[in-house]
Amino acid sequence: MEHAVADPQAARLLWLIPALPLAGFVVNALLGAKLQRAFGKRAVHAVAIAAVAAAFLVALACFVELLGLPAEDRLLHQRLWNVFTIGRLSVDFAFALDPLSMTLVLVITGIGSLIHLFSVGYMADEPSYWRFFCYLNLFVFAMLLLVMGDNLAVMFFGWEGVGLASYLLISFWYSDPEKAKAGMKAFVVNRIGDFGFLLGILVLFWALGGAWMPRQGGGLRATDYQPVAELRALDGDAAAAPAVAGVKVGPTLAFRELRDQLTIEETGVRKRLDGMTLWGVPVLALVAFLLFIGAMGKSAQLPLYVWLPDAMAGPTPVSALIHAATMVTAGVYMVARLSFLFALSASAMGWVALVGALTAAFAATIGFFQYDIKKVLAYSTVSQLGFMFIGVGVGAYWAGTYHLLTHAFFKATLFLAAGSVILGCHHEQDMRKMGGLAKHMPWTRWAYLVACIAIAGFPIANGFYSKDEILWKAFTSNHLALFGVKVPWLGPAIWALGLLTATGTAFYMYRSYYMTFSGTYRGGPEADAGHGHGHEGHGHTPHESPWTVTSVLVILAAGSVLTLFLGLPALWTHAPPLFEHWLEPVLAPATKLFEFRETDHSLEWLFQGLGVAAAFAGWLAARALYKDGRSEVPARLKARFTRAWTVVYEKYYVDELYAFAVVRPLARLAALLAWFDTHLVDGIVNLVGALARFASAISDVIDRYGVDWAVNGVANLTRGAGGALRRLQTGRVQTYLYGALGGALVVVLLNFLLQ
Amino acid sequence: MTITLAHYLVVGALLFALGLVTVSTRRNAVGVLMGVELILNGANVNFVAFERFGNGLVGGHVFALFVIVLAAAEAAVGLAIVLALFQTSKSIDVRQADLLRE
Repeated sequence: MEHAVADPQAARLLWLIPALPLAGFVVNALLGAKLQRAFGKRAVHAVAIAAVAAAFLVALACFVELLGLPAEDRLLHQRLWNVFTIGRLSVDFAFALDPLSMTLVLVITGIGSLIHLFSVGYMADEPSYWRFFCYLNLFVFAMLLLVMGDNLAVMFFGWEGVGLASYLLISFWYSDPEKAKAGMKAFVVNRIGDFGFLLGILVLFWALGGAWMPRQGGGLRATDYQPVAELRALDGDAAAAPAVAGVKVGPTLAFRELRDQLTIEETGVRKRLDGMTLWGVPVLALVAFLLFIGAMGKSAQLPLYVWLPDAMAGPTPVSALIHAATMVTAGVYMVARLSFLFALSASAMGWVALVGALTAAFAATIGFFQYDIKKVLAYSTVSQLGFMFIGVGVGAYWAGTYHLLTHAFFKATLFLAAGSVILGCHHEQDMRKMGGLAKHMPWTRWAYLVACIAIAGFPIANGFYSKDEILWKAFTSNHLALFGVKVPWLGPAIWALGLLTATGTAFYMYRSYYMTFSGTYRGGPEADAGHGHGHEGHGHTPHESPWTVTSVLVILAAGSVLTLFLGLPALWTHAPPLFEHWLEPVLAPATKLFEFRETDHSLEWLFQGLGVAAAFAGWLAARALYKDGRSEVPARLKARFTRAWTVVYEKYYVDELYAFAVVRPLARLAALLAWFDTHLVDGIVNLVGALARFASAISDVIDRYGVDWAVNGVANLTRGAGGALRRLQTGRVQTYLYGALGGALVVVLLNFLLQ
Repeated sequence: MTITLAHYLVVGALLFALGLVTVSTRRNAVGVLMGVELILNGANVNFVAFERFGNGLVGGHVFALFVIVLAAAEAAVGLAIVLALFQTSKSIDVRQADLLRE
């Protein structure tokens, strides 16, 4: 149902939220280098941070505004201008804030501001400091467009924008070919997903508009959405149901218009789409699946996750902001935003949940044996994104979104703490060369520990609540299907896989914690010889990071704990979790389409207990094996199962598989095409050239012996005639006289003759 | 034997022809000038004869006087040219005076 536009006063300032980071980007892009030279780095980061922080303040104001509205009317929107109108499709450049996008906007600008602040300390030695902040602002702008866009077109614009910003930031240190390559890899893999996303949008558009376009002499007027009654008349089905006033039916990209026509039964759109197929595939499942391919690319799900671990080549704040907290969750957001669409296809939901579960488990196992602290966190991110997709896949949209929120906090904390560690250890990322940092970097250590508790799933921090809710909803889900066939055991299977993954998560996170912070410092003077990076004054012992770094860590760690109150389960409080209640108006159209299995409370208690037990199991295993680096067991196990260890350590050779199955064939194809080009195409070109040369040779002969002969002949003739005639002019008067006499004689003779 | 117009005309034609031959064959510039005088006077004879045997007015005499004056002027100019020619080329041979050629 179309909600009335909420207070237009507040909505008028909506554009400021994305415009402020855009302004920051423009200022730093155009003047950043000059500012940095004239006023130092302080000026650069002042602009960038002020832009994002101001956007955060505006977002907060909007949040207050939203809270003040009745739950059903929580919507601020602003239409800036019409981008284009083609036939019945009208695309506006419009923003909307409902509880879902509000959450994301607060995360992006809030955590974004903190990470900007963190970057001040982290990037202090970077010569092209301004470029970094310029890209960061660009990213925030694009991400806000993605989230606030009121239709798929604006969302897609942001979707591409974040891809660009991500590429720019991953290959920020572009002089290192490895890092430049990682950026390109991310961009290319994302393009594949984006292509699916775009196809999904186009198929959806086709399905909504194309289906009844060719009816009865191309019946519909190309003006606006058709009122339902008119549509029914065209369909020859007028008597069926009363028209629903105010619901536009037809092709549209705007979210609320899509939602209304798809979820309000009386429009008949859903019935029509249910019956439609494209190439034998139900069109709703196809649309959802294509859109999900976009999410796979952006949110690093199987099989398109390969770019995210490599994306760790970027500066650590980037990994925290883009590749953990915000951009990679865009896919989750998209599924939640289009929940009404995904909920219409049980197969699509089944696939989303299944891919999420497989990704979660797969990435977690890779995380077990990585030594690079950022790689561990990268695979952990992939795994946690899998959890979010389980959530939005099984229909627990609020839980998936809640996990997005909690993950944003604890993973940003983890990444920034890792960044702090890397800074403290003089740009060392290998955990084998760390250890014992707890006493050198107390703030960092505590922040990392709190985030570990959160991600592992102990009930004293936020991660437990979101993960537990997701797994519980997965277990009780009753409606998942694959290939159109209902699969009742899929939910419990996903739950079991998820629980194992949760154990693994606790294990690898505590492994990284113990390897980094417990025991004694293993990096030494010899380990980082040649590393200067402006830290000479600190010697070779690790050191705590500056206050801009630690304060951010403290705030984020506190957030990781405090946000747990948003998701206290109904089981405990006998009221729906705050966050579910907050998102309910947005998600209700989708969640009313299916039901979860009814179970009794004791089972839910049991499952919560299992979740905590999993966390304990993972923690204790990691503690036994890795605390203080004293245990010999890991080395023995590694020696015993070398082959298995290597396969996992080498990330299941997925990159090699891609190289073998995709990259090499493509390179071969390119080589073939190059051969074709150099031999065939060039051959033809050369043949044409040779023919032209031959023709010109003939032309040359004609020119030289024909045309030139004629031209020279005329000239020679003239010269000859002139040479002959000049003899007549002797200069002697008497000769002329002879001429005159001769002439006169001729005249006289002629006179006589003619008479 | 009466002297008719034809006699005068024959004398005039002879004078003209002799003058023409003189002008065209003489190498000496002064000779050429003298040939010109002969031609002019051949014409004069014709003028006067036509007047005498023609309409009896004085036009022919006037023309003859004009021609005499013209001949005097022509001789003066011609001799001046000959002098100049002699000064430049130390010769009054008209065949060598081909400066007009170029």
